[in-house]
Amino acid sequence: MAKAKPAENEYEDIPGTFVFNAERSREGYGINMFCMSLMKDENRKAFKADEAGYLKKFTLTPDQTDAILKRDYNRMLELGGNIYFTAKLGATDGHSFRHLAAVMTGSTQEDYAAMMLAGGRSVEGNRSKSGNDAPAKKAAAKKAAPKTSAKPGSKAKSKSSAKKRK
Amino acid sequence: MAKIIAGLASSHVPAIGAAIDNKQTEDPYWKRVFSGFEKTKEWMAKVNPDVVIGIYNDHASAFSVEIIPTFALGCAAEFPPADEGWGPRPVPIVKGHPKLASHIATSAILDGFDLTIVNKMEVDHGLTVPLNLAFGSPTEWPCPVIPLAVNVVQYPPPTGKRCFDLGRAIRKAVASYPEDLRVVVFGTGGMSHQISGPRAGLINSKFDKSFLDRLTKDPKGLAAMPHLEYMREAGAEGIELVMWHVMRGALDDHVREVYRFYTVPASNTAVGNIILENVGKTGKKPAAKKKAKTANKTAKKGLRKAA
Repeated sequence: MAKAKPAENEYEDIPGTFVFNAERSREGYGINMFCMSLMKDENRKAFKADEAGYLKKFTLTPDQTDAILKRDYNRMLELGGNIYFTAKLGATDGHSFRHLAAVMTGSTQEDYAAMMLAGGRSVEGNRSKSGNDAPAKKAAAKKAAPKTSAKPGSKAKSKSSAKKRK
Repeated sequence: MAKIIAGLASSHVPAIGAAIDNKQTEDPYWKRVFSGFEKTKEWMAKVNPDVVIGIYNDHASAFSVEIIPTFALGCAAEFPPADEGWGPRPVPIVKGHPKLASHIATSAILDGFDLTIVNKMEVDHGLTVPLNLAFGSPTEWPCPVIPLAVNVVQYPPPTGKRCFDLGRAIRKAVASYPEDLRVVVFGTGGMSHQISGPRAGLINSKFDKSFLDRLTKDPKGLAAMPHLEYMREAGAEGIELVMWHVMRGALDDHVREVYRFYTVPASNTAVGNIILENVGKTGKKPAAKKKAKTANKTAKKGLRKAA
């Protein structure tokens, strides 16, 4: 994403988040239609039998194909995949959603589950890439929100930070 | 005449459906969630509506990226449960109310809401999980359900205000339906959660509690919240909460909060549930007030007569 985007793309400032907007939807059409095809058992079998061959049926860039083959879920989101669609790929692999969440947050399934049981990832320190990290309306009052809790990186590499949480 | 008597909002976490289907509701983890809906089920059984209008979103089940309707109203007679990758949920087929649904479509479209009319649609956990939470697991759902699917998958979903105003249009439509029907509107989805990307697992209880408070007391102010605030504060997928405004818009300005339940987590999500009754229609207070008023009038009349 280019930096000087109009205000409507302000959400690109939210860390660790790929908002599925029209641009990503257009770019990721092939990824999402591929995932959608996995709703049918015969397609799941065909994909598992020859993954690269099966993917040729869809309009995908080499990067997108690579992300799918490597099960790089964050990269898929970045390249226009949507989580409700990519979750179908996870299900085809026989993985629970927790597995996907662990992969995306660079955590282990156990750590991720423990974080959720402890109340989830805090919003404190996780609101903004640019440091505008106070709640929208209390921005002035709470100038320096603590930036300690599990803070995801804007890219896929967030292993160390996610592990900080119990 | 038909009338909307109450609204119910609830999260629609897929794992809740899986817990029901796999008979894990008594596990301590899940019992914490399900016990919070016991009161809801009791209330629902007591209210026993003739029709439910279920506001929910499809999760790449009926709609892929090929067609993305912003508001899709189910006008069919039946809506089978969708296969979401593990076979269709073992829940009853959702029976619609085609006559009321097409009446709503006609009225709302002429009112300025260009609804998409859907005559064939499978429904996923977004609709069926709240039905379970409200009605339990009967062999047939106890009343017809009109599904209204809202796009919250591709940004932007409709604004909170637009959702609220659609609720208003639905209220108007229902009120002009000739048959005597008691209708309850469900708003589903939320509360705070993010299931995508490195920030997955985000929960914001403070936001959620304030949302529940304002839903009753400051619905119009709440509906003005910009999308950015949902995504930043309640997680990328927390934006599902816009659907609750449709339910709220379908109710009167003044409502009575009958019940509320909140717990964290169910899988990746904060679970919220609230029941709001139209004060004028079902509450006991207004009836008492009315009586008082009449009594007052009679008293006044009496006075006049005496004078």
